[in-house]
Amino acid sequence: MAQVTLNTLRKVYPNGFEAVKPASFTIEKGEFVVLVGPSGCGKSTMLRMIAGLEDITQGDLQIGDRIVNDVDPADRDIAMVFQNYALYPHMTVRKNIGYGLKNRKIAKDVIDQKVTDAANLLNLNDYLDRKPSQLSGGQRQRVAMGRAIVRDPSLFLFDEPLSNLDAKLRNQMRIEIKALQRRLGVTSVYVTHDQVEAMTMADRIIVMNGGEIEQIGTPAQVYHSPASTFVASFMGAPPMNLLDALVAENAAMIGGQTIAQFAGHGPVTLGIRPEDILPDPNGDFEINVTLIEELGAHRILHATWAGQTIMVSVAKDVTAETGTMHVAIKSDALSFFDAQTGRRL
Amino acid sequence: MKRAGFSIRWLPILLLLPQLSIILIFFYWPAAHAVRSSFFLQDPFGFGETFVGLKNYTSLLKSSAYLRSAQFTVIFTLMVTALSLSLALLLAVKADKVIKGAKTYRTFLMWVYAVAPPVAGVIGLVLFDQSWGPLKEFFGLFGWDFRLGVDYFDTAFAMVVISVWKQLPVNFIFFLSGLQSIPKSVREAALIDNRSASGRFWDVTFPLLAPTAFFLLIINITYALFDTFGIIDTVVKGEPSNNPMTLVYRVYVDGFRGNDLGGSSAQSVVLMVLVLALTVFQFRMVERRIHYT
Ligand SMILES: Nc1ncnc2c1ncn2[C@@H]1O[C@H](COP(=O)(O)OP(=O)(O)O)[C@@H](O)[C@H]1O
Ligand SMILES: [Mg+2]
Repeated sequence: MAQVTLNTLRKVYPNGFEAVKPASFTIEKGEFVVLVGPSGCGKSTMLRMIAGLEDITQGDLQIGDRIVNDVDPADRDIAMVFQNYALYPHMTVRKNIGYGLKNRKIAKDVIDQKVTDAANLLNLNDYLDRKPSQLSGGQRQRVAMGRAIVRDPSLFLFDEPLSNLDAKLRNQMRIEIKALQRRLGVTSVYVTHDQVEAMTMADRIIVMNGGEIEQIGTPAQVYHSPASTFVASFMGAPPMNLLDALVAENAAMIGGQTIAQFAGHGPVTLGIRPEDILPDPNGDFEINVTLIEELGAHRILHATWAGQTIMVSVAKDVTAETGTMHVAIKSDALSFFDAQTGRRL
Repeated sequence: MKRAGFSIRWLPILLLLPQLSIILIFFYWPAAHAVRSSFFLQDPFGFGETFVGLKNYTSLLKSSAYLRSAQFTVIFTLMVTALSLSLALLLAVKADKVIKGAKTYRTFLMWVYAVAPPVAGVIGLVLFDQSWGPLKEFFGLFGWDFRLGVDYFDTAFAMVVISVWKQLPVNFIFFLSGLQSIPKSVREAALIDNRSASGRFWDVTFPLLAPTAFFLLIINITYALFDTFGIIDTVVKGEPSNNPMTLVYRVYVDGFRGNDLGGSSAQSVVLMVLVLALTVFQFRMVERRIHYT
């Protein structure tokens, strides 16, 4: 278990592309941090710099009490789980899991014991003598996990470990990984482009976009108080509604109707989560529902409001029809963003 | 699913006919002829033949020249195979690490592939030449009086060097593409699991190259045994008698220079059996080989 500190860590690839702009943050001991963002935003690059698989262009990386910029990956006391599992195809599951220990001059019986323990933990006992090609995707994923946990590293790194699995297995493994991390208490950095994974697994989320960190916060903070319109639209499915509004005389207005009190002047972007718009026959606002998406537990209403499209999420027992509908708004759940920069106001 | 097939029964046979007749005329018929001639003693002037049973074979075993060639062939094949495989692997590993100018470097290593064996032999002759060969002069610096075509060891040495040089590019290309087909993440996982570069090579990289290496092993043995004919012919041209030669070359020398068609046929049959054994061995190994996914 170790604290990890990034101090203005930056990555410029040899072709001159700046994949990670100077980033600084600290990951606490035992914390599970998820790096999330659209593909190509620099998440893997960041993780690979932490792993030592990619050179650090600038800045310092500290794991535990060492600056590890120039330390080999094998000496950083980390373990990594790759997207395509990266198992050694010619080794049995047992050898795959034990390989990292074998190279660390650990006695054979100790290795055997640790491999057995890890296999128990991951339900892999029956497969120890198989080759990776004889395993299912989920089992391979478990072997990759096993290879990471036997080492007792001070830091786990995950690069989209679940994206090759089908949806059902992904949900199951998500919970398993999270539970395992809780149990072992190992500091973890987990990269994903899937905001659901980020929300459900993270102690803290780091949202990245275009090589830059947009926001660092708990899942609740990121969800309820997004730091930018990017975060607002990236986190949550369906995403937060972003509407053009006008502030005048301490009130934010859409289509001439006051939505909420707000100090300032001029155009702003107003963010409302789809579930914070409530169908209410006595509501002040009128929307025009054009399409209803049935999702079982709830429904998504696609609608227009004063010429702007919005989405409204309603519970399954709420009757909804296309056409005019009255709604109320949870005014304490609103977010305001600068209309130009998109930063939270 | 609808079975794809020919509606006319004889059409596939007709389409196969050209290929089959080529194989028949140029491979099976001469082979059968060689097997037959190996039991006969041919008249040197082409008038008739006498059945001699296994005599051609037994006299092969008694011929010290033949046994010497056999011994040389074994050593030559081992040397050429081992050297060209290991050097190519070394070069491929190095080339795989190169990022800048990788293409130039690879092209540079591969062009030899386009050189025909007799041409390789001629280039070798020039390099080792008795009066002005740069390699001969280089060896002279170390007090080695290199005498191509005169000294048995020196000639063998030149044959091995030229043959290895000629075969390097093929091995290099296969090893390099083998290396590059190893998933990057597997190597990175190894980088985290093992701090020793040589440990990573022998534990992870090499086993993943093993199918390529095995394939090349067979290719190289075949090459050293048979395809070096052109190189050997160029190097020993003029006076084959005192010089080292492989079994394949001896078939040619005894048959066409010595006019001993029966003995030379017996030698060919021995080589055929050798090829057959190699092929069986290869198929056995390919069957046993693990398939990675
Ligand atoms: N070796 C490289 N050379 C140049 N650009 C690269 C290299 N690797 C990645 N990139 C670029 O850096 C950006 C970030 O890549 P990456 O960290 O893999 O993104 P993510 O994991 O968030 O999808 C991408 O635009 C990608 O094209
Ligand atoms: Mg990535």
